[in-house]
Amino acid sequence: MLRYLAPIIVFAIMIPVFLIGLNRDPTELPSPYIGKTGPQFELPRLLDAQQTVGSADYAGNIALINVWATWCVGCRQEHGFLLKLAAKNDLSIYGINWRDRREDAVSWLDQLGNPYVASGFDADGRVGIDWGVYGAPETFLIDADGTVLYKHISPLNQAVWDEEFVPRIQAARGESR
Amino acid sequence: MIAEIGHFALILALSLAICQGVLPLLGAHRNDQSLMAVARPAALGQFVFVIVAFACLSWSFLNSDFSVKYVADHSQLALPAIYKFSAVWGAHEGSLLLWIVILSAWTIAVSRYSQELPEAFGARVIGVLGLLSCGFLLFTLLTSNPFERLIPAPLDGADLNPLLQDPGLAIHPPILYIGYVGFSVAFAFAIAAMLSGHLDQAWARWTRPWTTWSWLFLTVGIALGSWWAYYELGWGGWWFWDPVENASFMPWLAGTALIHSLAVTEKRGLFKSWTLLLAITAFSLSLLGTFLVRSGILISVHAFATDPARGLFILTFLGIVIGGALALYAWRAPALDSAAGFRPLSRETFLLLNNVLLVIATTLVLAGTLAPLLIEVLDAGKISVGPPWFEVAFAIPMIPLLFLVGLGMHTAWRTQALQPLLRQLKVPAVIALLVGGLLPGLVYGRFGVLVTVGAIAAFWVMSVALIQPIRSLRRAKGTPGITRAAFGMSVAHFGVGLFTLGVTIVSAFTVEADLSLSPGQKVEVAGYEFELRSLKNLQGPNYQALEGEIDISKDGVFIGQLRPQKRTYLVQQSPMTEAGIMASWNRDLFVALGDPLGNDAWSVRLQYKPMIRLIWLGALVMALGGIIAASDRRYRVNATARQKAAVPSGEPA
Repeated sequence: MLRYLAPIIVFAIMIPVFLIGLNRDPTELPSPYIGKTGPQFELPRLLDAQQTVGSADYAGNIALINVWATWCVGCRQEHGFLLKLAAKNDLSIYGINWRDRREDAVSWLDQLGNPYVASGFDADGRVGIDWGVYGAPETFLIDADGTVLYKHISPLNQAVWDEEFVPRIQAARGESR
Repeated sequence: MIAEIGHFALILALSLAICQGVLPLLGAHRNDQSLMAVARPAALGQFVFVIVAFACLSWSFLNSDFSVKYVADHSQLALPAIYKFSAVWGAHEGSLLLWIVILSAWTIAVSRYSQELPEAFGARVIGVLGLLSCGFLLFTLLTSNPFERLIPAPLDGADLNPLLQDPGLAIHPPILYIGYVGFSVAFAFAIAAMLSGHLDQAWARWTRPWTTWSWLFLTVGIALGSWWAYYELGWGGWWFWDPVENASFMPWLAGTALIHSLAVTEKRGLFKSWTLLLAITAFSLSLLGTFLVRSGILISVHAFATDPARGLFILTFLGIVIGGALALYAWRAPALDSAAGFRPLSRETFLLLNNVLLVIATTLVLAGTLAPLLIEVLDAGKISVGPPWFEVAFAIPMIPLLFLVGLGMHTAWRTQALQPLLRQLKVPAVIALLVGGLLPGLVYGRFGVLVTVGAIAAFWVMSVALIQPIRSLRRAKGTPGITRAAFGMSVAHFGVGLFTLGVTIVSAFTVEADLSLSPGQKVEVAGYEFELRSLKNLQGPNYQALEGEIDISKDGVFIGQLRPQKRTYLVQQSPMTEAGIMASWNRDLFVALGDPLGNDAWSVRLQYKPMIRLIWLGALVMALGGIIAASDRRYRVNATARQKAAVPSGEPA
């Protein structure tokens, strides 16, 4: 009898696995750096290739690192929100212009506005690889000591910001006081 | 207006599907003729309304009606007309509608070509297909309505995913779906047999051609998908063990097992419950594939609709269909099984081994596909199971299977004496060892264990497959020749050999080089000289492209020019690689443009792929074998008899 029942038993075991899997967010890819110090980097600045921007610039402050590119639709979506965030002057936003063309990126910032303290120009995606970037846009929240507190994949918006970023920023600020 | 007509037609189709699903099954249960008679007209009516809905959606696409949200999201004014049409199934909602159209078409085919079935049995088959159709129509209407309006309408659409703007991908989904959905017929036959409590050899004879037809469409569909991935994704690979590819491959493996197990059930009346289980499994894996692709539960380059609400609906549907079928199986199958013996050396044994190995392969692919999900559910982090794992896991059951194919084909039913079998197979074995063992090394100048094993297996299968056709050609006049069924089997197995040879040679002797090239620069790869002549900008209908001109010469003689492109599609701003491929029967030269490296230099990927055409040719030959076998006389005898009976004697036809 068991041999006729076996198929349905196997299937019954699979259903809950699917059910749990369904409620997971497939875009939630972990970053190996969460809770650890992010990789050091130094890139030529997008707007001034003679100067550099890198991990030394944001040391000592809570900062956002936003990976963006002009070919990325999601980046265009979140750009307005980044500008709003920058206008509040609450924390510095650094950009990594990832796998992009310099003239495209410069004219993008000219046209749409520049929310970044500075953007590094990562044409070959080398720094992106160090940081484990899967695709743009991705945003990292960095603590004053350089620890990666959170990584968000896909465009930022107010809801994500309030839910995921604000509590972490408050907690980080509370600790340091 | 047109979109509303389409929407309304889908609702009418659902109403008819409910009639088709409920009344005939009830009628068969109560032996009520009038209820059973609902089956065929209801199926026909449903088909008409489904076609109307499909035509309405196609009309909306061809006329760029961007007030339909689905059209606005997946088309654009500048899109060439052919892709406007293929965009109908370019995303979730439309491909679901295509699925329904094909299911309905299979149902019509069943109701047309199986009128010789006992009335109650035919009513049950059509009823089960009607219930499946209900599920998919409900899914469309409740969660994925392609006719939803978008007011105000945008001036232009968001364009079709550039990956799908390709002739290969325009025809790949319909053919693949014909295969996928076709297994629903075998499934319905299995359910009908369990409901009626009768499963005889005639049942297997009815089921076989339907199974073979859907299997061969699935074969062609998968081959087309692989060919598309090869030239369009820009990496030069032909199979990636991606969850969506696996989703089509698992039903294929289970369907292959089913074809072989049906042979035993038809010829010997054995393996009955096993055959039923395989019929359920093949279709369940098709449904599971749909679930995996559409729920967004697994990450994949192919996944195009990720929505948990849809996932939950499919999971519920899956639970009802598969769970119901397996419960029915647990209840009714024990009574259907018959015990009859066969000797260890007999065709039954080899087909049993075939089934065991194919089921192992299916299970391994399923395990590898689901492992990332399972690990995640158990909270052990995220993992991905890559091609290296699949390649090894898949080769383990497949290599013995290839060697057993040759033995099984020439072994008699019930019992077989060892000596005559060995005598028959002596020549093919010698051919396989000599040709397979030596040829790759002589041609490509290198020997290796895997190459030798693969090539011996390939030549073994091919030469064994030729025995019967050759003997039939040389037979004495007046003696019966090979049947179509046997000839089809030989052809299909020959295709397996071709495919194996292609895979073996490609894996062993591909030469790849990722280089930086500036205009005027030359490099040599695998004995061919590639020279980047120039790079220039081009303007396509809905994209801009950078095109490289690469001259290829061998031994100083110019043999051709390739023009790989790097395209940027204007609306979606997504970059696409159009590889340049120079194909010939014994090798492909493959050139893809990478990224600019500064100072005019570009990264370029150059590949030499020997014998890669055999992979797709092998698959096509397998499908051809399927066509030959499925058109065997014994499947048509009843049909002819029926037509004669339908014409009253004495009257002109």
